[in-house]
Amino acid sequence: MTASPALRPAELEEITSFAVRTEGLTKRFRSGQTAVDAIDLRVPRGSVYGFLGPNGSGKTTTIRMLLGLVRPTSGAAWLLGEPMPAAGGSVLPRVGALVEGPAFHPYLTGRANLARLDASDATADPRTARRRSEDALERVGLTAAATKPYRQYSLGMKQRLGLAAALLRPRELLVLDEPTNGLDPQGTREVRILVRELADAGTTVLVSSHLLTEIEQVCSHLGIMGRGRLLLQGERGALIDRGAARVSVTTTAAHVGAAAEVLTGFGLADVTADGPTLRALLGDAAPERVSAALVRAGVDLVGLEVRRPSLEDLFVELTGEGFDVAR
Amino acid sequence: MSLADVVAPAPTARARPGAWSRLLRSELRLVFGRRRNIALLAGLAAVPLLLGTVLFVTQDSALGGQGPGFVGRVTGNGLFLVVAALFMCLPFLLPLTIGIASGEAIAGEASAGTLRYLLAVPVSRTRLLAVKAVATMAFVAAAVLAIAVVALGAGATYFGLGDITLLSGTTVPLADGVLRVTGVAAYVALSLTGLVAVGLFFSTLTEVPVGAMAATVIVAIVSAVLDTLPQLAAIHPALLTHHWLDFAEFLRLEVDWGVLGQGLAVQAAWVAIFGSLAWSRFATADVSS
Repeated sequence: MTASPALRPAELEEITSFAVRTEGLTKRFRSGQTAVDAIDLRVPRGSVYGFLGPNGSGKTTTIRMLLGLVRPTSGAAWLLGEPMPAAGGSVLPRVGALVEGPAFHPYLTGRANLARLDASDATADPRTARRRSEDALERVGLTAAATKPYRQYSLGMKQRLGLAAALLRPRELLVLDEPTNGLDPQGTREVRILVRELADAGTTVLVSSHLLTEIEQVCSHLGIMGRGRLLLQGERGALIDRGAARVSVTTTAAHVGAAAEVLTGFGLADVTADGPTLRALLGDAAPERVSAALVRAGVDLVGLEVRRPSLEDLFVELTGEGFDVAR
Repeated sequence: MSLADVVAPAPTARARPGAWSRLLRSELRLVFGRRRNIALLAGLAAVPLLLGTVLFVTQDSALGGQGPGFVGRVTGNGLFLVVAALFMCLPFLLPLTIGIASGEAIAGEASAGTLRYLLAVPVSRTRLLAVKAVATMAFVAAAVLAIAVVALGAGATYFGLGDITLLSGTTVPLADGVLRVTGVAAYVALSLTGLVAVGLFFSTLTEVPVGAMAATVIVAIVSAVLDTLPQLAAIHPALLTHHWLDFAEFLRLEVDWGVLGQGLAVQAAWVAIFGSLAWSRFATADVSS
């Protein structure tokens, strides 16, 4: 867990520009199972980072290591440029967290539970505690249920209280582990809007989910976990472009040969014919130029479609499909 | 230059004065605000009430004036009900109370999942353990106090209070007697600190509060059993429960402070050992609940 011995200013600059950064972060449990395998997370400041992967892929263990709950077997982690867990006392007050579902004292009210968490924060101002907890409850729409004991909350309300706890103070970084778990579609949408608002206000958000579609839309960056490894990470747009676009051209049976010649002539690779439909990798070619060339060559153009693989295709391709838990 | 050296800690996020007492107050509210804990205190307070009633009803029968230890003296002076009630609660009920309170302290938070949120707030683990220890001890002290106060009230009502005849046969004034009985209660409460430390240690080992509670009670019972084996006389003075009944010193004309001091020293040693064990375990444990 020790940091690299020598550090040039450029490297320091590099570390502080990330809200979350890990270097070879690894957790092997005593059972010998490697839950997290040498991952190098890069969460730029100001980003909304979607941390994706199937259940059991190591997302929650990673988050626990980031927050100092679990000690890494090897590797290092920095939050807001400070080493964890060494600097936890000074950095964690600036980090709001929702870890593996909400957890509160069942016999205390929502409000009392927030007061309890605020009282345990040595750096929080007790004079503003009441107002901050009311604001947080308001923000997640729990004001009306604030005086109910937690055990009477529905799953969605529990999740909201967890978010309220993460928002008790202004945060530079929010770590939200499966924040949409147990929420109905409306609740999921509200969480997305909340994340968007927070990000617009400058908070970096690391949000994990095993369901790509629930959070993908709000993310500026994505990281995909599978079997303890970080399979892929980067800007969302760049990841989408990585999936190569394919073009499919439908013509009449008589013109299949001619159309294939035009496509090959355009430099498209991997041209295949399936009845009257031809498929090829689009590469750098512009679709409108392809269609013009086809028409110029006298090919009857019945249809032309460009398909880019969706993030979901990419996600499934990387992590495998179906309901199998990764391990 | 290592990374930890060059990345200066943030100027914000400094602990405020009074943060300790704020956390402690929150912890005490949590412990004493819980209905189950209040029910437990009420149950313990019912012991002297029950004992007093039984003794009051039977005092004129053939069974009157009998019983172990101090029970026989109660009908003569209500003040003795305090001593008799504590004497009856010591072997099992008070260790059970400690087991419940200390099991809840860490293992209870772990099983509810609230421990991970406390640590992510963040609360330093050392601070949290210290606050949990103080709050658990406060609850145990409250239990002793509840027994003593109710016993005093019931004793006064049933049998009246008066000058007190000590074990040595000397009679001292009531005020002196009350002072001595207060000493008994204080000694009993302090005698339980060792078991509180043991209970907290168990509490850091598991996420199952009932497991920690059972282990704590078992330690008290095993200690009492070992204390009865003459073959183990050599280790008796170091046993957790060996000095528990030394509170009787307060009922002698000349209180032997050496005996009491020795009893408390043994408790301090248990606190030191199991406090360190609990700390070393809790400070480094992975919190995966």
